[in-house]
Amino acid sequence: MQQMEIQRGMARPGVGPAGDAAQMVLTLTVAGQLCGVPVLAVRDVLGVQSITPIPLAPREVAGSLNLRGRIVTAVDLRVRLGLAPAGEAKGAMSVVVEIGGELYSLLADAVGEVLSLDPAERAANPPTLDPAWREVSLGVHRLGEQLLVLLDVERLLVLSS
Amino acid sequence: MDDLLADFLTETNEALQGLDAVLLRLEREPGNGALLSEAFRAVHTIKGTCGFLGLSRLERVAHASENVLGLWRDGALPVTPAGVSLILSALDRIKEIVAGLETAGQEPAGEDGALLAALDAAAAGGDAPAPSPAPAPQAEHAPPPEAPRAEAAPAPRTAPPAAAPAAAPAETAPEGGGVAAQTIRVAVDVLEDLMVLVSELVLTRNQLLQLARSEENSAFAVPLQRLSQITSDLQDGVMKTRMQPIGNAWSKLPRLVRDLSNELGKKIELVMQGAETELDRQVLELIRDPLTHMVRNSADHGLESPEGRRAAGKSETGRIILNAFHEGGHIVLEVGDDGRGLNTERIRQKVLSQGLATEAELAGMSEREIHRFIFRAGFSTAAAVTSVSGRGVGMDVVKTNIERIGGLVDLRSREGQGTTFIIKIPLTLAIAAALIVEVGGQRFAIPQAGVIELVRLGEGVKAERIKDAMILRLRDRLLPLVPLRDTLRLDGAGEARVDQGFVVVTQVGAQMFGIVVDRVFDTEEIVVKPVAPILRHITMFSGNTILGDGSVIMILDPNGIARATGLAVEGSGEAAGRTIAASTAQRAGQRVALLLLRAGEGAPKAVPLELVSRLEQLPASRIERAGETQVVQYRGHLMPLVPLHHGFGAEERESQAVLVFGDGNRAIGLMVDEILDVVEAVLEIDPAGARPGFLGSCVVEGKVTEILDTVFWLQQGQPDWFAPKTAARPRVLVVEDSAFFRNLVVPAITAAGYDVVTVPNGREALALREAGERFDAIVSDIEMPELDGIGLARAVREGGEWAELPMIALSSRSEPRDVARGREAGFSDYIGKFDREALLASLQQCLEPIAAN
Repeated sequence: MQQMEIQRGMARPGVGPAGDAAQMVLTLTVAGQLCGVPVLAVRDVLGVQSITPIPLAPREVAGSLNLRGRIVTAVDLRVRLGLAPAGEAKGAMSVVVEIGGELYSLLADAVGEVLSLDPAERAANPPTLDPAWREVSLGVHRLGEQLLVLLDVERLLVLSS
Repeated sequence: MDDLLADFLTETNEALQGLDAVLLRLEREPGNGALLSEAFRAVHTIKGTCGFLGLSRLERVAHASENVLGLWRDGALPVTPAGVSLILSALDRIKEIVAGLETAGQEPAGEDGALLAALDAAAAGGDAPAPSPAPAPQAEHAPPPEAPRAEAAPAPRTAPPAAAPAAAPAETAPEGGGVAAQTIRVAVDVLEDLMVLVSELVLTRNQLLQLARSEENSAFAVPLQRLSQITSDLQDGVMKTRMQPIGNAWSKLPRLVRDLSNELGKKIELVMQGAETELDRQVLELIRDPLTHMVRNSADHGLESPEGRRAAGKSETGRIILNAFHEGGHIVLEVGDDGRGLNTERIRQKVLSQGLATEAELAGMSEREIHRFIFRAGFSTAAAVTSVSGRGVGMDVVKTNIERIGGLVDLRSREGQGTTFIIKIPLTLAIAAALIVEVGGQRFAIPQAGVIELVRLGEGVKAERIKDAMILRLRDRLLPLVPLRDTLRLDGAGEARVDQGFVVVTQVGAQMFGIVVDRVFDTEEIVVKPVAPILRHITMFSGNTILGDGSVIMILDPNGIARATGLAVEGSGEAAGRTIAASTAQRAGQRVALLLLRAGEGAPKAVPLELVSRLEQLPASRIERAGETQVVQYRGHLMPLVPLHHGFGAEERESQAVLVFGDGNRAIGLMVDEILDVVEAVLEIDPAGARPGFLGSCVVEGKVTEILDTVFWLQQGQPDWFAPKTAARPRVLVVEDSAFFRNLVVPAITAAGYDVVTVPNGREALALREAGERFDAIVSDIEMPELDGIGLARAVREGGEWAELPMIALSSRSEPRDVARGREAGFSDYIGKFDREALLASLQQCLEPIAAN
């Protein structure tokens, strides 16, 4: 089992004032789009895991995996956000979050670093944003050339089907 | 030892330890009100509890001490060192008595007169120090004579189990602090957390073992073996902490039985054996209610009245016997009575009348198998509904609840000698043995509790297909199969093959079925974990678990599978594993003659033959057009003809097949392409395929067949077919619980010119009466839930608006005996269910006076 502990507080200088954990965001990439989830919600980041598919489960649910004896339900962010599914061969990183005492894994293509983002710089969702995204987005941050969509973990786990 | 007593001892010992310290401080600070109050409260509590437990010696000492402490607290008496010594010596006495209680389970004999006198004297303001030395030496003398005397002393009110081992523990008493010191209270949460940790440890251990298996002669092998052993022991140990004696679930039963005995006027003795048998507290909670229900049942149905018992040559007092013991990983619970036993004949009758089985099926059953029918939904043989039981919630609920926790229920009964229900439940739900299977490349766990046997499919044992349904001929049974691959919508190589894989034969309630899987691995002890909330809606799974190799797999829920595949329509009474012989002689109540026909493309169509008046082959030349409709001169009238599907003209054929509905001047012809056959079939309409003109589909002769909605077609031909011809169309109330028979009867009666209202049972019929509805006649089925036809007839005849209405009984049972019973209840006529002609004739006859008006 490959595991990477997140190095909390490894903020990139110049992006924002380091410190307040509530403002820290773990960045991840889903189909090329930079996203972020609040660091406080994140329990673990895992490398490619063997995931058991669950028959009859909602499309978004990729399956379940074993995290040190606890069963984690994996939600494929690509499917959840209405994007094309990744190719078979490509593994996904697991960002494990805990909601209501249950562990869920958000499957992302890549996991980046931990940033501290100033809430004051957060822009509201552009009205043109895809409804599937708007529903789960807390707002958008500009990071140099890129835009980062801050995801609401709880809403991500409210599945339509 | 009695739980109450054990609790009391724990508490008292705790209180006494504190009291010593309090009193010593009090001696130094005589004016400390808080300390005084504390001491008083503690002694007061001890006194109160011993009064409750009937510990008279203890109570007297505590009471006298309390008096003194009370006076001190109130300032009525000064606190003196002599007084404190006196109280301390009283406490010593209390400790002695408590110690005696712990070892012997009862108060040791002893003389407290001097001590009590000294305490009373102190309370009266007398000089304390003088008597204080007197009890002291006595207190030291006390222990030696106590132990031997304990055996002889009478047991006033302590628990019976405690009395027996009284002598033995007395010898070991001096060594330790007794029971009280060996118990500590632990929050349930802590135990639950421990359980979770142990579960994870077990999983990790399994994982390690799996890894080690691939490496021979590993240096880890020996320590791993040791770790494995310790883990198992630890698991057992933690499981034990969750165990509680079954007696806890029985504690309310003596009172219940006493109340029932008064209410029912029966003398009942409750015997409880094996109350100390332990099981997981979670399971304990789950069986509490079913157990209560069964005891009620025994008292109400099982035991006879005192007169009845005398007549049967038994003692007047009936016995209800509860027995519990361990057997393998299960606990077996028996709830028995020495009452009248089950009346096999009455159950047989009821089974027949409810159509749960045929005579032939019953003939092949053992008495015990017949008895098991009482576990079917809605089955109650109690003649009268009493306030105690017989409210329609019966043994089926008990069975369902017990099966839900992986248990089994059975019974044995001898007429005249009593009935015993046997429940077998797993000791715990947290860890279960499961069969690991593979299908479509994925593994699943099936709890072993529900698995009856495994069958390997091959050349000799092939599954068969009837249309889409897979069936296995297993010995003398036809076993419905559930191909898991399809049910779980797993990708894979098409549909399950009939000659490959394994069938896991499973039983849910009365229904036996086979789950078809590709491979069967091993059985494994699994730790059941609930699935994540976002997956709870998938009823096929009861949880998930982690296997020894670390992979996560889903635990299949046979209940959920049965429900999802329509196998277990709970309470449908679908016979379990009907024998092949019997399946050809179906229940009379549901097998009907169907007219198969072809009309247009697609599936064959069918209509119950009963509804059709005549079949005609009319020459095309006779068919004429009248405006938009086609008509034919038929028996002196013009009969409209309705095509069953559009786009065919009668002109192209030489003759036209026509189904004639209705009679005389109200007839309609339905044009079809071809009349194929008349077959007997069980008509179970699946409403899934319903569309205008068709009620749904049904498998007839292995083919999906659409069932005609006659009402729809009659309206096509004559839109006013169901409209009142005249204002005085007689209103008929049809009371019938089977939707199928309603479909059969209603069009027939409607076609004959009546207005029809239908309700599913007698109770709803009476509700219409209360609502002031008026009818001209009632046609009622006999066997119905809630309130049957006999009950309805009686209620109608009792008085009210409907008292004079003609009532026609419609029943599949028309033995002279049944007819007599029906007439007795107040039915005007009694007609067999399939006799349409007779029904219409009877209705006409009953309503003649109305028609004449």
